[in-house]
Amino acid sequence: MSTRIFIPRDAGSLALGADEVAKAVAKRAQKDGIDIEIVRNGSRGMFWLEPLVEVETPEGRIGYGPVQESDVDSLFEANFFEAGDHPLKLGLVEEIPFFKRQTRLTFARVGITDPRSIEDYKAHGGYVGLKKAIEMGQEAIIEEITTSGLRGRGGAGFPTGIKWNTVYQAQSPEKYIVCNADEGDSGTFADRMLMEGDPLMLIEGMTIAGIAVGATYGYVYIRSEYPHAVEAMNAAIEAAREAGTLGDNILGSGFSYDMEVRVGAGAYVCGEETSLLDSVEGKRGEVRAKPPLPAHVGLFGKPTIINNVLSLSAVPHIIADGGSHYQEFGVGRSRGTMPIQLAGNIKHGGLYETAFGITLGELVNDIGGGTRSGKEVRAVQVGGPLGAYLHPSQFQLPFGYEEFSAEDALIGHGGIVVFDETVDMAKMARFAMEFCAVESCGKCTPCRIGSSRGVELLDKIMAGENRQANLAVLEDLCDTMKFGSLCALGGFTPYPVMSALTHFPEDFGAEPKRLEAAE
Amino acid sequence: MHNYESFSAERAEQIISRHKDRKGATLPILHDLQETFGCVPDEAVVMIAETLNLSRAEVHGCVTFYHDFRKKVPGRRILKVCRAESCQAAGGNALIARAEERLGIGMGETTADGSVTLEPVYCLGLCHSSPAAMLDDKVYAMLDEAKIDAIVSEADR
Repeated sequence: MSTRIFIPRDAGSLALGADEVAKAVAKRAQKDGIDIEIVRNGSRGMFWLEPLVEVETPEGRIGYGPVQESDVDSLFEANFFEAGDHPLKLGLVEEIPFFKRQTRLTFARVGITDPRSIEDYKAHGGYVGLKKAIEMGQEAIIEEITTSGLRGRGGAGFPTGIKWNTVYQAQSPEKYIVCNADEGDSGTFADRMLMEGDPLMLIEGMTIAGIAVGATYGYVYIRSEYPHAVEAMNAAIEAAREAGTLGDNILGSGFSYDMEVRVGAGAYVCGEETSLLDSVEGKRGEVRAKPPLPAHVGLFGKPTIINNVLSLSAVPHIIADGGSHYQEFGVGRSRGTMPIQLAGNIKHGGLYETAFGITLGELVNDIGGGTRSGKEVRAVQVGGPLGAYLHPSQFQLPFGYEEFSAEDALIGHGGIVVFDETVDMAKMARFAMEFCAVESCGKCTPCRIGSSRGVELLDKIMAGENRQANLAVLEDLCDTMKFGSLCALGGFTPYPVMSALTHFPEDFGAEPKRLEAAE
Repeated sequence: MHNYESFSAERAEQIISRHKDRKGATLPILHDLQETFGCVPDEAVVMIAETLNLSRAEVHGCVTFYHDFRKKVPGRRILKVCRAESCQAAGGNALIARAEERLGIGMGETTADGSVTLEPVYCLGLCHSSPAAMLDDKVYAMLDEAKIDAIVSEADR
């Protein structure tokens, strides 16, 4: 039997040379007459080790990484296909502390299976949730989701069970399931990894949602910056249709559900749910005023579930193992696990799924290993371009929705971007306003005009022009944007700006404030 | 490397009718047109409006709203370099300046010989290994000076 060698096809691994490595391995194996089968899996999420080449052995999968094309010859000379010793040998991949310490519920299969293979998916617990959902019936599914305590993983944290129940209750012959895969936040890549590494699970989650609320069609809206995810999702949809788990009369249940991919066009604001719906409808991605909620008047005016990739992907597990199992993880009102993404100037960049409650300091220093540059950590931004900048004195903060909002911060989609001491926080505050100005949909004034005024104000402050007066205006402007904007783009841009100003006043020309000790 | 077709109404008609019965067909049509012609020509805007029973203003508004859609054919290669926070934290801005200098153009511009268009991108989802860039459909991460130089040379061949 041929030895199975795993070389990821995740875009993150490709960006680090995985295709070149896979080609070189295939070529050399053929030349040497060694019988191997190359599986293009997803990534395990340890990107400082990518491209990570794994060899299947009776003891488990042995990793080598980071492998470059130029290492391939020496790997063959070291008989890596028989788990031979080599300077890049990492041992059993599942024993690597970064991997071992995680609680992988949503990412359980990512990096392990071949994302294009239905057989592999089934062999690793795929469709257990779907089959159970079909037997349970609509109300019981929604009950399980409610019990799990799952909240919207896109950033808003709205209870998923309540959303589903609202759509279930809505009377309409036509309903839709929409998956928000417009993952535009800098520092986030969990949706991308999931769609590339286990797309069938997202489809299964959406199918269960469709069955639960009586929707027969769905859309995954993927940003155009993710061509590999688009390709993976399209291939998986095709495979699921062939397997009879998508389309008419799913697994003979009488339920029908089908779906397609829609590709965005570079507008960050389309990650906002109502703007995304307009974009799927073929319009400018302008934010809608709420109410009515999408659960009542959503896509094409019909009741619609719109959930993030991670929320929908958590569903098959919740149904398979029960909502009460999922809600056992976590802290306070943040139940279950969160796939946290470590990014920026960080030594161990990657994906770390764990129960809520882990502290920010553990994530940045213990798990992330501090900065890649080796300099001191000065700031971390959590939750994307609209998330607050946090100071190392806040590192005791537990990762959770309420815990972060109490500090005027948000966990958003779970991205953590680390900055070292070379960062100029006034420039980052200016960037937040500039980004808002570029990406504003233009519908509401506080966001459209406020962001441009914000850039001008920050330029004046940085130039030392009438500093005190301009700082007061900036604070006032942020207040207006926060309370007057139609959506989170204008409404949350004040978070990075004001947090930078509060925690790093010295970068805005003030005397450094004395930092209060953590409580 | 892109080999765009020059605009033909007949070809545009084919593309539009391929999608016209889909719900919310505008974006799929615009993407497909741009892939074929390198941009969305004004002539096509009129054709889309007629076929989908929309006003020209609605289609024009859609084309101009989204950053992806162009009114002019870009260079043969498109180099997108990330400007977002994570890449900034890892030294991305200096690499952008280096790419601009080596190509002799700024962000959003095309070299005089039409070989490369340089564009900013706000996140490629490769933030675990910032800084990142994309040349056509090929992605690159953990960029340093040597890597960005190699990508620029590859683009500008």
